[in-house]
Amino acid sequence: MKNVGIVIVSHSPLVAEGTADMVRQMVGDEVPVAYCGGNPEGGLGTSVESILRAIDSAWSEAGVAILVDLGGAETNSEMAVEMLPSERARRVVVCNAPIVEGAVIAATEASGGASLDVVKRTAEELSPA
Amino acid sequence: MSGKVMTGSVLLTHAVGMHARPSVKLTKLAKTFASRIELALSADGPWIDAKSIVKVMATKAPQNATLHFRAEGEDAERAVDALVALVAGDFGEAPTGEPGDVEHVGTG
Repeated sequence: MKNVGIVIVSHSPLVAEGTADMVRQMVGDEVPVAYCGGNPEGGLGTSVESILRAIDSAWSEAGVAILVDLGGAETNSEMAVEMLPSERARRVVVCNAPIVEGAVIAATEASGGASLDVVKRTAEELSPA
Repeated sequence: MSGKVMTGSVLLTHAVGMHARPSVKLTKLAKTFASRIELALSADGPWIDAKSIVKVMATKAPQNATLHFRAEGEDAERAVDALVALVAGDFGEAPTGEPGDVEHVGTG
């Protein structure tokens, strides 16, 4: 896959899955999308292990953009990126953007073949200045 | 860029106007052309980049707005024709498709 992949990390598995549905239905399947949410015990939370699996499943040579919701989703995503082999780690970024809107917009940008840098920047255009 | 400039306009008939899904479709189509493509709600502008999903969505063009396209480049003519056709064809969506087209799964 040559388009940037999208990973959605929410505390809630339902939010993560719903966000991925929106990306699939609105943008299509030219972009690899993976999602994860919830802790291993089945409650709300995020886990580094599932984030790593999601990155693996959405992997693209063009890189992967991660969209997160609240605090722990971001820190665990950053931890997951640090645990990747270095040649992969530099092609994975966490976007500072709202999770749902950011995911749809990042995927739209990615579907046109934009670089990881452009995908991230476009998603972040949404953030309040 | 020495390409010719092409323009075209079309009435936005889509029931909910330029909301998220039409914006995504329009932007994705615009990105398939090499030309610089701009969009405006009035023939006098202001013109925005039709390949920018954030800007296209931000136009919040309502139903019955007229969309103006302006393209410059080798494939400008094809670009304007394709974009006008997309909007005229109601973005390829079934007339009854919005906004209740997401299947709801019961909790029971």
